[in-house]
Amino acid sequence: MAEQRTPGARVAGLGADALAIVEAVGRAGIMLFHSVATVPNLRTALPLLARQIYAIGVLSLVIIIVAGLFIGMVLGLQLYRVLVDFGSEAALGQLIALTLNRELGPVVTALLFAGRAGSAVTAEIGLMKSTEQLSSMEMIGVDPLRRIVAPRFWAGVIAMPLLAMIFSSVAILGGWLVGVEWLGVYDGSYWSAMQNSVEFGEDIGNGIIKSLVFAAVCIWIAVFQGYDAEPTSEGISRATTRTVVYSSLAVLGLDFLLTAVMFKGF
Amino acid sequence: MKTRTLELAVGAFLIAGFLAFAFLAIKVSGLSFAAPEGSYLVNARFENVSGLTVRAKVTIGGVLVGRVTGIRLDPETHAAMVEMAIDGSVKGLTTDTTAAILTSGLLGEKYIGLEPGAEDTELQPGDIIRDTQSALVLENLIGKFLSNQLNKSTEE
Amino acid sequence: MTSSDSHVDIRGLHFSRGSRPIFAGVDIRIRRGLITAILGPSGTGKTTLLKLIGGQLRPDAGSVHVDGRDLAAMNRTELYAARARMGMLFQSGALFTDLSVYENVAFPLRAHTRLPESMLRDLVLMKLNAVGLRGARDLMPSELSGGMARRVALARAIALDPDLVMYDEPFAGQDPIAMGVLVKLIKTLNESVGVTSVIVSHDVPETLSIADYIYVISNAKVIGEGTPQQVMDSGSAEVRQFMRGEPDGPVPFHYPAAGYREDLLHG
Repeated sequence: MAEQRTPGARVAGLGADALAIVEAVGRAGIMLFHSVATVPNLRTALPLLARQIYAIGVLSLVIIIVAGLFIGMVLGLQLYRVLVDFGSEAALGQLIALTLNRELGPVVTALLFAGRAGSAVTAEIGLMKSTEQLSSMEMIGVDPLRRIVAPRFWAGVIAMPLLAMIFSSVAILGGWLVGVEWLGVYDGSYWSAMQNSVEFGEDIGNGIIKSLVFAAVCIWIAVFQGYDAEPTSEGISRATTRTVVYSSLAVLGLDFLLTAVMFKGF
Repeated sequence: MKTRTLELAVGAFLIAGFLAFAFLAIKVSGLSFAAPEGSYLVNARFENVSGLTVRAKVTIGGVLVGRVTGIRLDPETHAAMVEMAIDGSVKGLTTDTTAAILTSGLLGEKYIGLEPGAEDTELQPGDIIRDTQSALVLENLIGKFLSNQLNKSTEE
Repeated sequence: MTSSDSHVDIRGLHFSRGSRPIFAGVDIRIRRGLITAILGPSGTGKTTLLKLIGGQLRPDAGSVHVDGRDLAAMNRTELYAARARMGMLFQSGALFTDLSVYENVAFPLRAHTRLPESMLRDLVLMKLNAVGLRGARDLMPSELSGGMARRVALARAIALDPDLVMYDEPFAGQDPIAMGVLVKLIKTLNESVGVTSVIVSHDVPETLSIADYIYVISNAKVIGEGTPQQVMDSGSAEVRQFMRGEPDGPVPFHYPAAGYREDLLHG
């Protein structure tokens, strides 16, 4: 019963898959363009945006803060162990701050965001599609791209960088808790070494830029997967899985590229 | 979801985000040295600037007074020329000011420490500090130490 | 059957999804002020037809004229205005789950008009009253039963007092009471306001009870049309099988298979 595909058929299949991917990217680009390249009617758009910032940002706060705290504390523990061998535990604050601002803050926040907020957005939009809410909105004469997709996109771009900064701040405090309060690193040096080595423009600024790029990519993927999903329950579940997987891969890949560009010369 | 509560929550979230930003800016990166309004440039010649980077701190008595703005090789003397921007409020640096490349902490970064001299003439923008102490290169130190040991043992 | 001018005129419609033809040369005239029913087996693309009338889909060939104007020739603004004159009731109601019943019905009004809140409120309550759900205005869609959700969706569909209302499988899966309510509402709307109604269904008895004119679609073509009586007495075996619900006929009962005796003996 199993059909053996000829090598020719397999190659053709691969080609068809590749074309399908290019088509999907094209659809995604067109969808994004139509959603954001319009002048919004502020009176209606702002309340929608506020609602989405709540759903996407505020509701992610708990996981971001908890994760940040624990990661900061673990960093404190692990880095202390390494530094104490060199007698350089005073550098703890500096190391924690640099790691977080340059890398962990934007990346971990983006991964958590993709998992929590991204999949929720995909499921929501996919469900709206399968219950014909998007269709009926069109029939009433309201463009779902402007009413449903755009507010979620902008909310993601606004909320995620803020979440990343909250993450980094909480983690630095977590590291302080472990390092200073528990392991006895001198409080003054925790902060002064940090202030001496963390550059606002380079480290914090680049971290924010990374966050913005990650945010745009993650929310774009989330929104598109929902909008493009097959309107069945397996279709939606596949779409949410795709959101999490593609977002995570994209974040990690972009992180490498951005790091190579931003932090090359030192 | 009542509109009022929602707006409060979103507002609180945005404020929390900006507070985090402020925390990172001030407490974490020590953003206090404002952009040099009225800073002047001064040069210093070193034999070895190993480890020193552009944007490294320039201090007097441990107090931050400026930043390194350029490092290049003098084509004639083949010595390292370091250009620094000193804050305009720091006046009265004499021509015999010394500059040393120091390390902050054992793993720390390199920075320049200036020590004022006693001459009457002031350093003008563009002047070159000649009395300098180069960076401590670990390999040379070890080499010196080892050759000292060698000398000691041969003497005995 | 007095009214003869066409509200919707579909000529030579060809439409395919992928390689599957959904319509291969279909002519349908929806007469103004009458209830026209489109009947046919499931999956023959009846919802697609409604989307074509609404301008959500474009025909591959042929034309769809609404109120004498070709949909394909309309730009965005014109289409938007045309849709304000149409109401559509989706099979599942398709209420916006994040809005209350009141807000759902108010949605088209807010989108197309700039009425003051007080006037908007009156209109919404009027529409909800027409479907008997004025008291449910603060409920959320998740708190409604299927039948109630459909009635709210109907209120929303008529919020702008459209000339044309389309019903996508309104009777599917409804209990007798809910069914009776819907039939009554469709009839009342049509009789009192003269709204042109298009019902797409595979539910023969209910549809027969209210339709003025029927089209039967199967295999991408119209296989029968006429008044309910004309269609029931149709000479076509296909049409008769569908209308009478006969299990076997031109659409066979058995899926194609080898002979029964051989299968049993050699299986």
